[in-house]
Amino acid sequence: MKEIRAFEDKLQQLFSDGLVRGSTHLANGQEAVAVGAAAALAPQDVVFCTYRGHHHCLARGMPPEAAFAEILGRLGGCCGGKGGSMHLTDPSLGLLGSYAIVGAHIPIAVGSAWASRVNGDDAVTCCFFGDGTTTIGSFHEALNLAAVWRLPIIFICENNQYSEYTPIAEVVPVVNPAADRASAYGLKSVLVDGNDIEAVRSAVTDARGTAAEGNGPSLIEAVTYRQSGHSRADPGTYKPAAEVAYWNTRDPIKLFETSLDLPTGELEAMNRGVEATIAAALEVALASPEPGPEALLTSVWGDAPT
Amino acid sequence: MITMNYRKAIAEAIARAMRRDPRVVFLGEDVGKPGGAFKTTVGLRDEFGPNRVWDTPISEQAIIGAAIGAAMRGLRPIAEIMFADFLGTCWDGIANHAAKLRYMSNGQVSVPIVIRTHGGAGLGFAAQHSQLFDNLAMSIPGLKVVVPSNPADLIGLFQAAVDDPDPVLFIEHKALFDVKGEVDEDPFSVPLGSAATVRQGEDLTLVATGAMVPVCVQAAERLSEQKVSAEVIDLRCLTPLDMSTILTSIAKTSRIVIVQEGPATCGWGSEVAARTADVGFNSLDAPVRRVTSPPTPTPFAANLEKLWVPTVERVVAEAMSFW
Ligand SMILES: Cc1ncc(C[n+]2csc(CCOP(=O)(O)OP(=O)(O)O)c2C)c(N)n1
Ligand SMILES: [Mg+2]
Repeated sequence: MKEIRAFEDKLQQLFSDGLVRGSTHLANGQEAVAVGAAAALAPQDVVFCTYRGHHHCLARGMPPEAAFAEILGRLGGCCGGKGGSMHLTDPSLGLLGSYAIVGAHIPIAVGSAWASRVNGDDAVTCCFFGDGTTTIGSFHEALNLAAVWRLPIIFICENNQYSEYTPIAEVVPVVNPAADRASAYGLKSVLVDGNDIEAVRSAVTDARGTAAEGNGPSLIEAVTYRQSGHSRADPGTYKPAAEVAYWNTRDPIKLFETSLDLPTGELEAMNRGVEATIAAALEVALASPEPGPEALLTSVWGDAPT
Repeated sequence: MITMNYRKAIAEAIARAMRRDPRVVFLGEDVGKPGGAFKTTVGLRDEFGPNRVWDTPISEQAIIGAAIGAAMRGLRPIAEIMFADFLGTCWDGIANHAAKLRYMSNGQVSVPIVIRTHGGAGLGFAAQHSQLFDNLAMSIPGLKVVVPSNPADLIGLFQAAVDDPDPVLFIEHKALFDVKGEVDEDPFSVPLGSAATVRQGEDLTLVATGAMVPVCVQAAERLSEQKVSAEVIDLRCLTPLDMSTILTSIAKTSRIVIVQEGPATCGWGSEVAARTADVGFNSLDAPVRRVTSPPTPTPFAANLEKLWVPTVERVVAEAMSFW
């Protein structure tokens, strides 16, 4: 969690310094969802996430240098610099993509679970998405299909309270945008504290068991908070100060530290280690060259060099 | 050789692909037990069973998404979209995902899916059940587009499409369902991106796809009565686009008429016209001509629809305007 936080903080700084092009969507405050879920998954499992997905990729084991280099548009990035911040991908880690069309990856994740069902393999698919995503059609089509076909998939809604600049309560007619919809698809309503890493791990472990035993999909709503703005330079000034203050007291890293009750020296050493890891990763990324011009035309087709 | 119609050739093509490769699975609305809204998939579920032929809810986004995700995990899915018009509900999956995932992931991910759909006008289905959307598909890098005009090509191109490493949109023309043709009993495939010269000629070249191919063949017969010898090229695929067959033909004939179902603007004919005028300029003795539909939705009334779909008479008239 600390490594993810340090990674995202560094990225925000790089963005402010003008080193990152386009857009970035940070996951500060949502680390426990990613790390708790990753801890519950098996190596053969498959993860689909969104443009706000650095935390999921890092939690699943993507080297921070590969993530930094990708976001900086460098050859050493996980996609050779052709994907960027919103498209981190590494199939060797079961990371089958980060997607930037809201909701579109949910049916694709269902297809991955369908393949497991057809092949009879033991991989479980895990699909992350936001609270705002529960208002788009593909979410509903995907849940319906996964439920009628009883597919081995875990849907995890990271309810970070905002859909871009809009509080979620303004755009959905129910209190819990995912959990309150579960019954429409014959699923159990599962609401967990997304800032409590153990609660997330336990819920995902249960869901993984359900999927692995052939008992179909689960929909988990992890309630958390987007500490940053939506993207890039958005300072999130529309967020009420009291709300921000409340969620700061519920910071997932602080909560976990408190529960661990480690000696101060050990914590400080850990913090220094994390800072050093992230700084070193960034150096590796910055030393990576840009992709050569020939990369423009490659990987469009599978049967031709251009 | 066996004789079968285009409708039967569709089920035959899917069955051959499924027999050949156990990774091939098939999904769509009413494709299994009911045998398809057009009875183009009859018998497949009986032969291959429920683990390979899947009936879906009415969820085009989920159908395309499921095909993409399963392909990323090693299957070779065939997805049916009942009418090409319904592609409007799932272009996102096709254009933003299937066609782009290889590129965005720098080649780490591939999406070998075939999206089959029934398209085209002429049967009184009106404006929301008559489109091909071939032109839109053709404008998307990363997506291949196949438009078969007869049973044998359909089967051969389908095999190539299923074997292909990229997403393929395979548009079957509804007006051709009853067209009969000879088909080899043994498995065969027709490479994507190879046009067929279906009639040899000396004086002009007619280029067409799908249901416009038989229209052009008939027009060529009429023209021969007037001592004009027309060559007819069936493109068979829009992506990859076989320009070399066209360029070779116009080197001989010096004249070209492009016959396209659908409005002229940004149709596949625009692309063929541009490339012909560009690369083939020195071969031409006359301007590139097009016969297309008017810039309107497809009308319902029979007399109006006849004015919309290019006819033999219009092709003959356009060809004769050269002399
Ligand atoms: C189909 C589509 N519509 C709109 C957008 C623009 N957009 C990007 S993120 C976002 C909000 C999504 O909110 P949520 O699902 O809660 O995810 P979060 O960003 O909070 O992680 C929107 C509207 C988009 N990328 N795709
Ligand atoms: Mg949100």
